[in-house]
Amino acid sequence: MNAPIVKVEGLHKRFGDNEVLRGIDLEINEGEVVCLIGPSGSGKSTLLRCVNLLEEPTEGTIEAAGHDMTGPDADLDLARRDIGMVFQQFNLFSHMTILDNLVIPQRRVCKTPKAEAVETARRLLAEVGIEGKEKAKPAQLSGGQQQRVAIARALAVKPRLMLFDEPTSALDPEIVGEVLAVMKGLAAEGMTMLVVTHEMGFAREVADRVLFLDGGVIVEQGPPSEVLANPQTERARSFLHRVLHPAD
Amino acid sequence: MDAATTDAAPARSRMTARQRRRLARGVQYAVIVAVVAVLAAVADWGRIAESFFQFDIAADMFPEVWTSFWNTIVYTLLAFAFGMVVGVPIALMRVSEFAPYRWFATVYVEVFRGLPALLVLFLVGFGVPQAFPGIQYPGGVYGQVAIGLGLTSSAYIAESVRAGIQAVPKGQVEAARSLGMSRTRTMVTVVLPQALRIVVPPLTNELVMLTKDSSLVFVLGVTTATMELSKFARNELTDTANATPLLVGGLLYLLLTIPLGLLARRLENREDHR
Repeated sequence: MNAPIVKVEGLHKRFGDNEVLRGIDLEINEGEVVCLIGPSGSGKSTLLRCVNLLEEPTEGTIEAAGHDMTGPDADLDLARRDIGMVFQQFNLFSHMTILDNLVIPQRRVCKTPKAEAVETARRLLAEVGIEGKEKAKPAQLSGGQQQRVAIARALAVKPRLMLFDEPTSALDPEIVGEVLAVMKGLAAEGMTMLVVTHEMGFAREVADRVLFLDGGVIVEQGPPSEVLANPQTERARSFLHRVLHPAD
Repeated sequence: MDAATTDAAPARSRMTARQRRRLARGVQYAVIVAVVAVLAAVADWGRIAESFFQFDIAADMFPEVWTSFWNTIVYTLLAFAFGMVVGVPIALMRVSEFAPYRWFATVYVEVFRGLPALLVLFLVGFGVPQAFPGIQYPGGVYGQVAIGLGLTSSAYIAESVRAGIQAVPKGQVEAARSLGMSRTRTMVTVVLPQALRIVVPPLTNELVMLTKDSSLVFVLGVTTATMELSKFARNELTDTANATPLLVGGLLYLLLTIPLGLLARRLENREDHR
């Protein structure tokens, strides 16, 4: 078996007195789709953000996409090209056109020649189903369209690994599907994905492995058929019950 | 609703809320009319017209006044350009991770925001040349003005731009960093362009302030060719012993500042709709 593409060991993260992550060990293999689920405040997003060092770990080591992220000589800018990230709030560059959102990162980060960057941008926008919006500004697009552009933008610098931080939580229910469809397509192409989500349907269908986090530790993990259908711990059971039957 | 109000306050007169409001407004109108009437009756209109509305004196100011009008614009723009060139880097230092930059920028802003513009102008015009004999400002008085007014302006501009930088959502920075942009690259490509857009309205106001502050330039000792609007109007006032030049000068200032003010308000509204 290949070396894991993500390797987290003994990860702790404290914000002041608040210890959000209390010892996380995690390995993700190339091509694997891993969903992080758990109640709010369980540390899912913090764990995700530690993988590309948007949050600096208090303790522990992280290797991702072949880079020693926590090492003394880590070149984070270089490493982050290999680790795409999609945010809950999309975070498209609001002063740039849709096309420039994809072109400028390639030009500035990878020094891609302009013609090639534009070509890549057009191809990616077509792949996520955004067409005829090249000259529009992000604010003119719907949330679902913005998030699909954000996925395309992350892909523009050719990452080997994609992090998704609650990518559909800011969307109206009826447009969640269009974003999930793009993510499914990406998973089918073999992209390694780490996804923080509340979409249990997506986790069940797409994930190779589901991690249930609570109180800053991984409480339970395994294939979705086990963790989601037959949770072993009381905490996971009650969480899943609340998520799947919110009206009860 | 009305019934409830009257029930709650039976001591009040039997007027409804609306009637009370109408009465209050009527009283205010009456007061205003009375004040205007008294002023009109008391004022010596002939005297006022003689002091401020002498058409031949006003006409005599032209076309020479245009030189000073033009100088006012040039001084303002020079000071603003200097203020931007210095103010933006100071703003960047204010938000720097490197503490000495922050300290320097904080001291700079506090000093030049705290000192009167007039005093800074004196320092540049007379203090510095005395301390460093032989110093030559590029462009003579124009260079002195650019620096003298620009230093004060740069402190205000730096504070506006810093506020603009901090108003850019954190997510924009995170997105840029997650794509592999360095801190500097992120600042130049993502944060500053958005920050400058945010601060266009306050910077337009700064331009209005500078237009008026350009009237301080007279302390540097100016010639007819380098005179700005206030000095010109004051000279005319002395020459003619009449206040009409002040009125003309004032109107010319408003010709500059009112459009700028309107522009600032329009830009502010545009930002709201974004």
